[in-house]
Amino acid sequence: MAKKVLILFAHPALHKSRVNRAMIESVRNIENVTIHDLYERYPDFHINVPREQAYVEAHDAIVLHHPFFWYSCPPLLKEWIDLTLTIGWAYGPGGTALHGKEMVSAISTGGSNESYQTAGKNHYSIPQLLAPFDQTAYLCGMTYLEPVIFNSAVRSTDDEIKAHATRYRQYLLDLRNGVELPAFKQDWTNS
Amino acid sequence: MEHDGLLYYTLIFLSAAVLVVPLAKRSGLGAVLGYLLAGMIIGPFGLRLINNTDDILHFSEFGVVMMLFLIGLELKPKTLWRLRKPIIGLGMSQVILTSAAITGCLIAMGIAIPLACVIGAGLSLSSTAISLQMMNERTLLPTYAGQSTFSVLLFQDLAIVPILAMTPLFAALGTGLSVENVSDVIDVVKQQAGGNIWIKGIEVIGLVTAIILFGHYAIRHLLRYIASTGVREIFTATALLLVIAVTFLMQEVGLSPALGAFIAGVVLADSEYRHEIESNIEPFKALLLGLFFISVGMSINFDVFLQSWLPIIAYVSALILIKALVLFSIVRIGKMDKTQGILFTLLLAQGGEFAFVIFQFANQVKLLSADMASILNVTVALSMVISPLLMIVYDRIIAPRIQSFVPISATPKHSIVEQYNPVIIVGYGRFGTIIGRLLHANGIGVTILDHDTKQIDTAARFGWKVYYGDARDMNLLEKAGIEHAKMLIMVIDDAQESLDAVRNIKRLYPHVKILARAKDRRHAYALRKTGVDYYEREIFHSALSMGQEALKRLGYRAFVARNLTRKFAVHDENTLHESFNFFEDDKALLNFALSSRDDLQKIFEADRQHADLYRNEGWDDDLQRENR
Repeated sequence: MAKKVLILFAHPALHKSRVNRAMIESVRNIENVTIHDLYERYPDFHINVPREQAYVEAHDAIVLHHPFFWYSCPPLLKEWIDLTLTIGWAYGPGGTALHGKEMVSAISTGGSNESYQTAGKNHYSIPQLLAPFDQTAYLCGMTYLEPVIFNSAVRSTDDEIKAHATRYRQYLLDLRNGVELPAFKQDWTNS
Repeated sequence: MEHDGLLYYTLIFLSAAVLVVPLAKRSGLGAVLGYLLAGMIIGPFGLRLINNTDDILHFSEFGVVMMLFLIGLELKPKTLWRLRKPIIGLGMSQVILTSAAITGCLIAMGIAIPLACVIGAGLSLSSTAISLQMMNERTLLPTYAGQSTFSVLLFQDLAIVPILAMTPLFAALGTGLSVENVSDVIDVVKQQAGGNIWIKGIEVIGLVTAIILFGHYAIRHLLRYIASTGVREIFTATALLLVIAVTFLMQEVGLSPALGAFIAGVVLADSEYRHEIESNIEPFKALLLGLFFISVGMSINFDVFLQSWLPIIAYVSALILIKALVLFSIVRIGKMDKTQGILFTLLLAQGGEFAFVIFQFANQVKLLSADMASILNVTVALSMVISPLLMIVYDRIIAPRIQSFVPISATPKHSIVEQYNPVIIVGYGRFGTIIGRLLHANGIGVTILDHDTKQIDTAARFGWKVYYGDARDMNLLEKAGIEHAKMLIMVIDDAQESLDAVRNIKRLYPHVKILARAKDRRHAYALRKTGVDYYEREIFHSALSMGQEALKRLGYRAFVARNLTRKFAVHDENTLHESFNFFEDDKALLNFALSSRDDLQKIFEADRQHADLYRNEGWDDDLQRENR
């Protein structure tokens, strides 16, 4: 049975991002996959919480698709998380709306894969930096999956971008079709 | 000097008032005492500048009538309901207990029962004028003591009506007819009514009903029509005409003019012209009331006083003492502590102006002799003089020794004068309505003023209470509570009017924050010069919002369109502020405007060239690529 996938897409300056443009275009028009363009819908940051909660309830998996600005997500996505995941709905007593759903981060980084190591410029590995999202999923009873990562976005070639876009599309198809996807593994060794 | 005639009287009255009252206020005696003193000085027992006091008293009673009209006008059923407990609890007990006590004493002194009852009732009333004045001078209204005093005064005002109505009945009883059963009473009333009681009764009820119906429907339309002609003084004339006409009718039918005016006021109390009428009549009332107090002062018959000064002093002391005792005994009903109780007592322990009216009436119906009326008037007048003096004693000696009490916080829901909301919106067209709705939706009390009857109609259709008046009318603004307001939102259509109004308000009430609507840049500049705390160009944000939408539809992403628009707005605001330096000099302004446009073009060119919309290098592909 096909899962319904909700892509929470948050990019404040899409016209400057080749890879994210390519990624999002590659997943348009997939049945049962909804693209929710946050910066397009809420340029004033005034989130309509009931509507968002209804969206979430209508889907089985959530993709957080965003550029990895300063080791986190853009503010509007954070705003979304802060406002939509309310106690009694997303977590806490009676907060079971998200139980059993899956969550995955699809991010693009400027830095290279190597830079995200202790010895590298960014010192922390990506799994370490994704800890808040992992914990958020956990608190809401969701399964957090291995992230879809595109590194070195700035230096990438058009071919690399095209390849990644295709990979992304495949990932979403798998997600939708119920293929078992690897769960997120925290990187406790990197210290 | 045996002078006569309107000109002479007016000269004397005004001179007396102008000379004495300011002195009285300055020395802390208060305006009312001032008027009384002025009267004493110029009257037949002073400098004898005026001798014909009866006619004067008649004319000045009109001041009392006006006062009752205004009391009726300001009486909102909601206020009555909210204060129902203290009004009935405190008010009724005060009037009944005091009347009983005084009546008892009089009977013990040998006065006939009916007469004693009327005198007792008359003396039980306190002076609304003096009480309110003393409270206002010390800002006591928002305290428990103030609220309780107000409630008692309110009940007394209502009690006047039945007292006046019953006086003829007592008069009839007083003529010595024996009353053995109910039919006797009816006979007496019949006789008093001077004919067929049924016809008389129907006349009275009919007239009152007619006034109420007429008032509710016809008068509103009349006022609306007059208001729409824009001839302001005719509106004033209409208001005056209303009061006089109703008073006249009431008199014709045998009721007291005061009652008639009161009913007329109540009938108009919930019309949208209330504030305007109030502010129009207020000056007349103030002057005429002053005149009334002067004539009271004139009527203090010093001959009578000198003849029997000892008994009179005893009467005055007894009156004040009895009233004070009763008042202090009912303090507990009003939930006041001892300090507030003392204030409450002092504020009400005096005879009232209505005693004069009642005694006069009693004299007219042959119940009260002229001599006795004289003595009573002197007693009441002296008690009215002493009362403020007692308050001064309290101020200087007692109050500093008692811990001062904290007034009840006057949030709009609980303040005794409900029209004193924290926000006044002047101008209730399209602009003002939106602001009003936003504030109202958040539970904020808003008083609304507009000068266009069409706007009022529109707003009224949506359930709003809008008051009719001119923004520049300071009396009206005072009625609307500008002294107590936190802010005034000036959003009328006419730019010049709004400037004039703002200038006045800033001068007289500098504590009130003013938010003003600016028609254009010039108006914004002018407003800023008058010192408004905030201004908003009326079409700026709407136009900008549509511009933003246009950008979106031209292909810009929503967030980008928003930021472009914000950037433009900031730039424009900066230009506006800079241009203020040039508004005086037109040529410089022209140059500045041109250079402003250049600047903007430069900014946007830079934007496009460097794709530097967010000042965030991380989003800039080119720069990042260079760095690696």
